[in-house]
Amino acid sequence: MKFKLKVWRQKDPKTKGKLVTYEASDVSPNTSFLEMLDAVNERLVLGGEEPIAFDSDCREGICGTCSLTINGEAHGPDHPGAACELYMRRFKDGATIVVEPFRAKPFPLIKDLVVDRRALDRIVQAGGFVAARAGSAPEANSTPIPKQNADRAMEAAACIGCGACAAACPNASAMLFTAAKVSHLAFLPQGQPERTRRVLKMVTAMDGEGFGNCTNTYECEAVCPAKISASLIAKLNREYAVASLRQEAGD
Amino acid sequence: MIVAVTGVVLIAFVIGHLLGNLQIFLGPDWVNSYAEHLRALGPLLWIIRAFLLVNLLVHIFFTISLAIENRRARPVHYTKKDYVKATFASRSMALSGLIVLAFILYHLAHFTVRVTDPRFLLLKADPLNRYDVYSMMVYGFQNPYASAFYVIGLFLLTLHLTHGTSSFFQSLGLNDQKLTPRLAAAGRILAWLIFVGYTSIPVAVLLHLLKPAQQL
Amino acid sequence: MIGSLDSKIPSGPLAEKWTNHKDHSRLVAPNNRRKFEIIVVGSGLAGGSTAATLGELGYNVKCFCYQDSPRRAHSIAAQGGINAAKNYQNDGDSVFRLFYDTIKGGDFRSREANVYRLAEVSNLIIDQCVEQGVPFAREYGGLLANRSFGGAQVSRTFYARGQTGQQLLLGAYQALCRQIDAGTVEMFPQTEMLDLVLIDGHAKGIITRNLVTGKIEAHSGDAVVLATGGYGNVFYLSTNARGCNVTATYRAYKKGALFANPCYTQIHPTCIPVTGQNQSKLTLMSESLRNDGRVWVPKKPGDTRAPNQIPEAERDYYLERKYPSFGNLAPRDISSRSAKEVCDEGRGVGESGRGVYLDFADAIARLGANTICERYGNLFDIYEKITGENAYERPMRIYPAVHYTMGGLWVDYNLMSNVPGLHVIGEANFSDHGANRLGASALMQGLADGYFVLPYTLPGYLAGQIGKRPATDRPEFRQALDEVDARTKKLLSINGKRSVDSFHRELGLLLWDKCGMARNAAGLREALARIPQLREEFWRDVRVPGDGEEFNQSLERAGRVADFLEFGELMCIDALTRDESCGGHFREEHQTPDGEALRDDENFADVFAWEYQGNGSAAAPKLHREPLVFETVQLTQRSYK
Repeated sequence: MKFKLKVWRQKDPKTKGKLVTYEASDVSPNTSFLEMLDAVNERLVLGGEEPIAFDSDCREGICGTCSLTINGEAHGPDHPGAACELYMRRFKDGATIVVEPFRAKPFPLIKDLVVDRRALDRIVQAGGFVAARAGSAPEANSTPIPKQNADRAMEAAACIGCGACAAACPNASAMLFTAAKVSHLAFLPQGQPERTRRVLKMVTAMDGEGFGNCTNTYECEAVCPAKISASLIAKLNREYAVASLRQEAGD
Repeated sequence: MIVAVTGVVLIAFVIGHLLGNLQIFLGPDWVNSYAEHLRALGPLLWIIRAFLLVNLLVHIFFTISLAIENRRARPVHYTKKDYVKATFASRSMALSGLIVLAFILYHLAHFTVRVTDPRFLLLKADPLNRYDVYSMMVYGFQNPYASAFYVIGLFLLTLHLTHGTSSFFQSLGLNDQKLTPRLAAAGRILAWLIFVGYTSIPVAVLLHLLKPAQQL
Repeated sequence: MIGSLDSKIPSGPLAEKWTNHKDHSRLVAPNNRRKFEIIVVGSGLAGGSTAATLGELGYNVKCFCYQDSPRRAHSIAAQGGINAAKNYQNDGDSVFRLFYDTIKGGDFRSREANVYRLAEVSNLIIDQCVEQGVPFAREYGGLLANRSFGGAQVSRTFYARGQTGQQLLLGAYQALCRQIDAGTVEMFPQTEMLDLVLIDGHAKGIITRNLVTGKIEAHSGDAVVLATGGYGNVFYLSTNARGCNVTATYRAYKKGALFANPCYTQIHPTCIPVTGQNQSKLTLMSESLRNDGRVWVPKKPGDTRAPNQIPEAERDYYLERKYPSFGNLAPRDISSRSAKEVCDEGRGVGESGRGVYLDFADAIARLGANTICERYGNLFDIYEKITGENAYERPMRIYPAVHYTMGGLWVDYNLMSNVPGLHVIGEANFSDHGANRLGASALMQGLADGYFVLPYTLPGYLAGQIGKRPATDRPEFRQALDEVDARTKKLLSINGKRSVDSFHRELGLLLWDKCGMARNAAGLREALARIPQLREEFWRDVRVPGDGEEFNQSLERAGRVADFLEFGELMCIDALTRDESCGGHFREEHQTPDGEALRDDENFADVFAWEYQGNGSAAAPKLHREPLVFETVQLTQRSYK
């Protein structure tokens, strides 16, 4: 297979970036998208050019490092799945493919297709945890948790933290990311003591990072590689409303 | 959240207003008496109007400030952007809202303040000495340009509501995984019912199914 | 330089060693803890959990990782589960049985005391993780569910769908986030350790490169903890993440830390076979699949019929045939080697002929597709994404791939290396898995070390070290900085004709061929002749574009590959010297008549710990042997028949 790539190149945050066209030829349909980029890079290096910088690590869709917007869709056309799980058989031979970084103000660009997503860490740091000191935990089976709740918590906890939700959102909102963590812990008994505090602090941190607001377009759930449901955003809204009332009531 | 709450008040008004207007199909007596009743509310009517106006302003103010924040959240735009699920309606709420606002202003000028159509000044009171709203509407809609603008305005309002109605439940956290798709569908049906209901009046006028109760 | 290795194993009966040791270890008082700065390199299960726990105890922690977030450490990719001796299934499990299974699974090449401690703290880990909100699978009654795993006859594995590693890591990450928020842990993401700094023989600092800005910096601390994972990527293709590397541990080795058992590498039996030329990594299909999947190949060599065209009578369920009591759940090394064997006989399946079937037809008929989907849905999805095939309809094709490395830096019972102050935890050390690791034990070890072992043993070192943290303007730091800087400049200045990856691929293929699932003296000697040449070519002909003071992924990789090119040699030396077969180390010269690994307990029941002798490979590393003393278990030929 053969492709024409239009790739965003930008040396550093200060330099102006642009789309640069490359050819990828002799590509097997069983090659992954990132391996195709590897091959392009290998050729660039040998030709004396700088390779395209892009992020990836586990290459099996779980670490959340890869962060490409391919043909205008976060992680490319094969939803649900991360860019590293995208295979060239998904494209038509001879197609033109536009590759851009994840774009959002809280994701400043580092180089080419690499962006800084530490904003997401800071949201979790604001309260996305259970304070459980090592050594102080009770026997694991002392609190039964209905299977249904454990399953729902697991569905929310499956978030891989890639930031595609914010990258795809027309408003660059990170509500789905925040909703997933808030919901995960709100579904479990262990998450109850800090429930009010957690949602208030995490939402404040999220807003402080400069993410946009949710206008319920549900684009986030459509591109989420971990199949996080946008109904968790409704849950987040609910959690937030209840927590705000509780706070008002001095609870 | 404020947008959602003010939005739902406005939706309620839109539905109420539609039910009032549809009385035109029951004849001049119904709709003129409905208008007279509203008018008879006196200061209360003004309170309701003021409430709606404030609601509208709040709705607009917060939406616009949110829209500004949202634009700021992506200073560098994508060269190519495709949407998988986000509908055109959901992505164009600010735009459709602003056009609807223009429509509302025209609508108020047209039928409430009545400054756009000189013929309305010629209307006489109906036999019971009430303002002949019925004839006013019919004459108003006999102008195909005015009607066309109404239909366009209503279409945008509908677009706005297809997303806005179900969005309300999401923003207030009143839905869950099972409810979300159903509410979205229900919201769309409601919006289109509103569209059909409102546009039926100018359409009926243009098709001469409704005729003025008095000649000018 | 180094005398006999003191493993510092406490005296007393096996079951009381850890308790006694804790009772008599030195402590650091709470008001003194804040006077210490601990450097933790790596933020996976081991690093993340220890950084969080030490922070919570009141130490000042600096935690470094090369990823852009600690949540992306490769522990996240572990699928199957985590073992613990809870005996919730009432099937006869106990701490002793988990200990015994682990030591037997490791083919009797690990320390009794370490393994027993691991089994002992396993239960605490489950308690801790549940409390953190890890959503383990549960029964309808609300209690925790278990599944069985290779190498055990009890069901003791706790799991969270096929994403157990992810959930456990997120638990540790969230604990870490809490400490970052509290200010006890300072996080340095996208920062790679490039050297270890010794002051008066003690590990007191590291040199790092900021991967975003390229800035090379010195950090000092009172102790250094390496939690930098394994070296599986020396094979180029492995199930490890692309960024996993040996640099931190190898740099420590070059500064005097002993590298133990580097030849012990684990080849995981259930991975998706290699397809293209450009393949950059191999994807694991959790071993838990073997609970319900049956492994087979056609009886006839060269049988190219579609799997469902091959009648039952013409299929060879070779694991069930050879190991009737463990069947498809035979340990990893045995399963892997059996797959290689049948493929060598020409009975492999798929285009390349390097693959075997893992068939779920029976399980689907017995349990229904829904149950199978619930258990393994995400794995079936991954499989379909990669291969384009639906495993509900046709059997998966699997083949072994490098997955885990049991070898690592030598540590004593306190998890401290022979370099005082340098502690090594998780996959980066050698301590608990012997020559083969059982499934669901890596997560257990990482978290055991991080939450429950190091926090108890570290004070034993720190107690005598108050006020000894050096300033980073000491000449030792200056010198290390200069060395790192010079090496970086050298890499950038070669400007040759080959890419970094091409060297890495070549090294990987060579090692996979000569030092992979099966090894022999002749092949290892060939590799040992070739690696120095390849290394020489690398330093002459590699091309690393860009410069050092910027985000430069080629430079990152070049540094890592340069270390792999030295480390690969050490691995082969170890494999050649260990003239026996054990666990994952299968020397073709040493096998039983029916092809099983044949240990030589008389001559090799010890740990090989290698000491760097300076100057690249010019001087062969020096071997130190730590005899393994078995007081409790009887060394037997492993039998899973």
